[in-house]
Amino acid sequence: MEATMLPEVTAGGVIIKAVLILAVISAIAGFGTYIERKVLAFMQRRLGPQHVGPYGLLQIIADGIKLFTKEDIIPQHANKLVFAVAPAITAATAFIALAAVPVFPDFTIPEWIPVLGGIFVPSIASDVNVGILFVLGMMAAGLYGPLLAGMAQANKWGILGSARTAIQFLSYEVVTGLSILAPIMMVGSLSFVDFNDGYNDNGLWLIVYQPVAFVLFLIAGYAETNRTPFDLLEHEAEIISGYVTEYSGMRWGMFFIGEYANMITIGVIASVVFLGGYNDFWIIPGWLMIIGKIAFMFFLMLWVRASWPHVRPDQLMWLCWKVLMPVAVINVVITGIVMMV
Amino acid sequence: MGLEQFKDRRVGTQNYKKLDLDHAPNCGWCQFKQVVSRTFKPELFVGLWVTFREMINALFRGQMHTTQYPLEKLPISPRYRAIHDMLRLLESGHYRCIGCGLCEKICISNCIAMETRYDENQRKEVSEYTINFGRCIFCGYCAEVCPELAIVHGQRYETASEQRASFSLFEDMLTPIDKLNLQKEYDGFGAVSPNADENIKKTPLAY
Repeated sequence: MEATMLPEVTAGGVIIKAVLILAVISAIAGFGTYIERKVLAFMQRRLGPQHVGPYGLLQIIADGIKLFTKEDIIPQHANKLVFAVAPAITAATAFIALAAVPVFPDFTIPEWIPVLGGIFVPSIASDVNVGILFVLGMMAAGLYGPLLAGMAQANKWGILGSARTAIQFLSYEVVTGLSILAPIMMVGSLSFVDFNDGYNDNGLWLIVYQPVAFVLFLIAGYAETNRTPFDLLEHEAEIISGYVTEYSGMRWGMFFIGEYANMITIGVIASVVFLGGYNDFWIIPGWLMIIGKIAFMFFLMLWVRASWPHVRPDQLMWLCWKVLMPVAVINVVITGIVMMV
Repeated sequence: MGLEQFKDRRVGTQNYKKLDLDHAPNCGWCQFKQVVSRTFKPELFVGLWVTFREMINALFRGQMHTTQYPLEKLPISPRYRAIHDMLRLLESGHYRCIGCGLCEKICISNCIAMETRYDENQRKEVSEYTINFGRCIFCGYCAEVCPELAIVHGQRYETASEQRASFSLFEDMLTPIDKLNLQKEYDGFGAVSPNADENIKKTPLAY
């Protein structure tokens, strides 16, 4: 098999990969706020952040300074320990989920670079053979961030926010799992690397075989990352800021780093599972393809946010249990029948 | 329509045209059909297209709406009543004010203070003229009453400063002598703003 051809994965390579992921993703997660503000502004024919650095590119630094220097307020009647820990749960689970996600193809650091030269960096920090389950599970564990944050802060808006967290995240876990089950059946593996390599030969992306699953996964992904058509957890018009009502400064910022990291994770999963991953495409190298796909998925989230209104909580539940879940189950059944025949 | 009919206030008895609202689905299958038709109608994608089109318009067709205020300013209507300007005679360059004192008299917030005297040619000369901008309500009576069109309202609306006195002296409001050729007459009541033509557009019904 191909696996024997590859160089050995060393601890050094994994550490480099982990550092790469952490550095790149947290930078992108911060930078994502700038991109989001800019794209939303353009779609409303505004300019967006403009004055910090060229084209406002350094806005993230200004925001960072603001977040770090803001007073960290803990409300009087809050459960202080839980209140303090909750943002870390969101950020940590978002980054742990990225450990099993392949970002960029394999590469070997060139020999001429001192110290690190010759180390083989794998495409994935840890290629666990249940990668997809691990990522979905970790993102599901991220539920505890908003849930505990809302319940710890002794604020009615927070309680409402965490109640919505519970119903929304738990319900849409079902749709995510079921929608991605059909591709899993087709590939016959839970490892992202197998997903990526599985359809390398005939060159067709999995979305061609599983368009329904792709749409379902996107919808559920938006619900799980708390993006706009489903951002009921902190819907300002109804519940102020939901679970982040009482947060300020860097704790508030950690929720958002977590949210943007989760957006990227959903983008990576969608790209790898449905859109052909980091395989070369025509003359475009794989690393550029995966960056392009993730960037498009990210842009799609912003685009949707600029275009579509919210749904009500009851509509959200209705959509999940009466439409998406049955469709997902039917999709799985049909996939199974087609594979048997 | 006769007046009698028009004055009929018995609401509910007239022949109103009812809105066509009785399309709510009333059976399970009808609801399902509604869901399916709404799901597969491309309306959501129309929404996506609208925002994308606006982005293209803004980025590539020069339809960005933002005015970057301190760097660029919108033209202001000539009727706007900002800090006063004292105008000069175009021929001689002398200030137009003849020291009649009407503006001081009419000022309803008593913020104009002026002193006059006869100069060596036995002409009236304005020796002191200040407007207390802490009191001025920018009503425009002074400009309206001035028989010589000497005091008018200018267009300096950025009036934040460390001292009110920065604006209030006669010399500050007077047109600088080297900019006499740039001095603008008051366009009169009812004048439209200089970019009025650009601001005219169709009612946006074509979304």
